[in-house]
Amino acid sequence: MNWLTEPFDLLIYKRALLAAIIIGFTNGYVSAYVVLRKAALKTGSLSHALLPGIAFAILLFGLTPWSAFAGAVVAALIVGLGSLLVSQTSRIDQDTALAVLFTAAFSAGIVLLNHINAPGELEHWLFGDIRGMSDSDLWTVFIIAAASLLVLTLFQRPIIVMLFEPNVARSLGIPVNVMNYVLFALVILVLISSLQAVGCILALGLLVTPAATMLLFTDSPLRLFWGGGILGSVCSVTALVVAYWLDWPTGSSIVVILGTVFVLAFLISPKYGVLRMLRQRHHHHESHA
Amino acid sequence: MTDHEHPHHDHDCHVLEVEGLCVNYGKVIALCDVTFRTNCGKSMALIGPNGAGKSTLLKSLAGLIRPECGEIRWRGQAMTKSSHEIAYLPQREEIDWNFPATVRGIVEMGRYPHLSWWRRFSAEDTAQVDQALEAMDLLDLQNRQISALSGGQQQRAFLARALAQEAHVFLLDEPFTGLDADAQDRLRSMIGTLKTKGRLIIASHHDLDTVESIYDEVLMVATKQIAFGPVEETFTKAILDETYGRERKSA
Repeated sequence: MNWLTEPFDLLIYKRALLAAIIIGFTNGYVSAYVVLRKAALKTGSLSHALLPGIAFAILLFGLTPWSAFAGAVVAALIVGLGSLLVSQTSRIDQDTALAVLFTAAFSAGIVLLNHINAPGELEHWLFGDIRGMSDSDLWTVFIIAAASLLVLTLFQRPIIVMLFEPNVARSLGIPVNVMNYVLFALVILVLISSLQAVGCILALGLLVTPAATMLLFTDSPLRLFWGGGILGSVCSVTALVVAYWLDWPTGSSIVVILGTVFVLAFLISPKYGVLRMLRQRHHHHESHA
Repeated sequence: MTDHEHPHHDHDCHVLEVEGLCVNYGKVIALCDVTFRTNCGKSMALIGPNGAGKSTLLKSLAGLIRPECGEIRWRGQAMTKSSHEIAYLPQREEIDWNFPATVRGIVEMGRYPHLSWWRRFSAEDTAQVDQALEAMDLLDLQNRQISALSGGQQQRAFLARALAQEAHVFLLDEPFTGLDADAQDRLRSMIGTLKTKGRLIIASHHDLDTVESIYDEVLMVATKQIAFGPVEETFTKAILDETYGRERKSA
């Protein structure tokens, strides 16, 4: 088992291990909400929109964890609320507005980060590196994880009813609009917390794939949440070991491993796998022959 | 609970009163001048052409739409906030049938309003879910994912949830639409069962041929209320013609 423990002898990898467990679990857990809300692409747009905020903050205040954090929040809000404003005040629909605004914002971020001329900075924010986590980064991750797990666990039942049938939820007195805003804010925070690890391009993978995979195995929303968390965590830690031995970039390793597990699930899931469906169709044909 | 031991007595006296109800969408009048009085143990059909305001009325009763004017009184009190005693069942097209939930999972959702956020299901909750599944004849199907059900079974799953919720008033939007003859018969007898358990059923209904065999009362609407009363008095050709705007044709 030496090959498994050796990477974590180094302090930098011990931190990375802790970060991978927390970030992986939080993203996987919250991914159940993103998947059930059918908000994967919207979330992806927002994660791209974080980049210019970070760049602006670095330009104005220098690079501190809090400046990057604040910049990312502001950028996500501007693009998110901006797309809402455009769609409500013109004939442009929200998806179109979001696409226009997030690509423009993302490009502005790239231009700015190039301008700042800090070597490696652009690549770091685009693709992340979980080995570069400082103490304050870890604290940010930890606080966001605690907040989002607490909210999603405490309000699990109303959230599930709301995701399934917003109107029924309203008729039961659940404040659906308020909850949507709170959860939207939570998704942005979780995206920001995973930026260090996987970067703003790959963040979407970590915030969608775990629950998408679990959806091929279970019909219980509860298992989607917890299973997504465990899967996110296990895949992130596995990716760290793989990245160490094969010298792969860590962020991409996490998303590649998650993607591989999803494809396997898609093929062999006993319940909703494509092989089972093919076999059933085959049986069906035979019984008719 | 006592509901199940004394099905008749404690519900029949619960009265739902609507007075001068008007609903607008922006500047468009969706529904106007709705006034009726009914009580538990009855079934009532909402009849009217498309866009007449049937869904709007159901949503107002469910507390999803704030009326422009008028009042809804349930058990003598103005309905200001939502209540678990009123269950709303949306049209079937509005539901995401691929949602990861089993029949039992759906019925369990009916218990949520009775529990605080994190409290576990008690034996009482589990018993209520079992009874609701049994009443709607779904015990054998309880572990099925909801898309693996027929239309009639899906409809019954949602009725079972309303039962588990201990709702008194069931608001159904087009429950019979898209069901085959057998499933329609089944649903009709389930509505009968619910009535004898002291529930009030209010459903929008399209098929004019089946109204008399299912419902006790009718409310006819065409943006405004045309008529309300017992089926045998109110469900007449003259009123139907007025509701569907056919005066000129018959003249």
